[in-house]
Amino acid sequence: MTSEIVQKYFRIENLPHIWCPGCSNGVVTRALTMAIDELGLDQDNVVVVSGIGCSSRAPGYLDFNTLHTTHGRGLAFATGIKLANPKLDVILIAGDGDVSAIGGNHLIHAARRNIDITTIVFNNNIYGMTGGQYSPTTPTAAKGTTAPHGNIDKPFDIAQLAAAAGATYSSRTTAYHVNQMVKYFKDAISNKGFSMVEVASICPTYYGRKNKSGSGVQMMQALKNDFIDKMAYEKLPEEKKEGKHLMGVFKNITLPEYTAEYQRVIDALQGGENNE
Amino acid sequence: MKSKDQLEVKINPDWCKGCGNCVSFCPTNVLALDHHGKSTMVNREGCILCGMCEKLCPDFAIWIGGKEDE
Ligand SMILES: Cc1ncc(C[n+]2csc(CCOP(=O)(O)OP(=O)(O)O)c2C)c(N)n1
Ligand code: SF4
Ligand code: SF4
Ligand code: SF4
Ligand SMILES: [Mg+2]
Repeated sequence: MTSEIVQKYFRIENLPHIWCPGCSNGVVTRALTMAIDELGLDQDNVVVVSGIGCSSRAPGYLDFNTLHTTHGRGLAFATGIKLANPKLDVILIAGDGDVSAIGGNHLIHAARRNIDITTIVFNNNIYGMTGGQYSPTTPTAAKGTTAPHGNIDKPFDIAQLAAAAGATYSSRTTAYHVNQMVKYFKDAISNKGFSMVEVASICPTYYGRKNKSGSGVQMMQALKNDFIDKMAYEKLPEEKKEGKHLMGVFKNITLPEYTAEYQRVIDALQGGENNE
Repeated sequence: MKSKDQLEVKINPDWCKGCGNCVSFCPTNVLALDHHGKSTMVNREGCILCGMCEKLCPDFAIWIGGKEDE
């Protein structure tokens, strides 16, 4: 027994899911189905790909064409799918570890190529599945099982990283801001090129416990309080900027898309003159 | 489309993991966790059918549905 939208887009027989109480993965996954529904995409034309991680289990619950691949390599599989059949709507679901640690190279090159894949990152700032090791997005001084005295690394900004690498759409929102999240997912899927939506997410079980962030509700409240639109941030007085994180759209431009360019080469070669 | 008076908040206690999101973020405070730690409606008249509980439930255990739906 659940909502119509969940009945339509989820594999009900696999529910309830295994995510921990309060984990935001379910909120973000449901928001993705809202976006797909509002766009009116053909369910059989959508492919959702993932690597490995708690977040990467999402496609197993979703009733589209789905592929659960190897850690960090989701974008390599997604690239193959998109090149084999460019008409498909290809969406990658990835964790922060999956897409920015082991899969960091795939990320920057998929972005550089501007291939029409939408990447959604469930950024909980930790390796959830394997027990709370720090990831490339764990804040400096935050704790993880591999940083019991506090992380000395500086974190990646995934949305800005993707934008700098060549993504034509890149934005960040949070698991609390569901309406904005649905809008960003729709804009990202509609963009003909590489799109990134980074969703600031929560892992109450590992990140929360290690960092004394309180309950899942308190962590959701923190997303609500601490994230601010980048335009609104500029207008804040200096003393109020402390501790704020930026959300918003970092890039939204149009450039030639990879599979279309590839098709142009094929057409030119099959078109005669060049085909000796 | 169903009109507002045909709709109500529905809860599936079997799927509810008691995280408290719906209770804490409901703008009119009409939900509570029962003694089993499951979400329950405590003031149906006060519910404005805003959908916040449904959006923030990680377990798809609370939603706005037709009164006649099973
Ligand atoms: C090649 C390889 N290396 C390491 C692992 C172990 N491993 C599984 S999930 C994971 C990290 C998960 O973190 P993240 O991608 O942030 O996803 P989350 O669980 O937080 O959603 C790691 C290191 C693996 N499965 N395969
Ligand atoms: S370990 Fe963390 S990320 Fe994984 S399901 Fe639990 S709360 Fe979510
Ligand atoms: S629909 Fe809105 S008012 Fe009604 S229970 Fe849910 S959050 Fe509260
Ligand atoms: S948000 Fe969902 S899982 Fe959490 S207490 Fe409410 S109904 Fe239960
Ligand atoms: Mg993670």
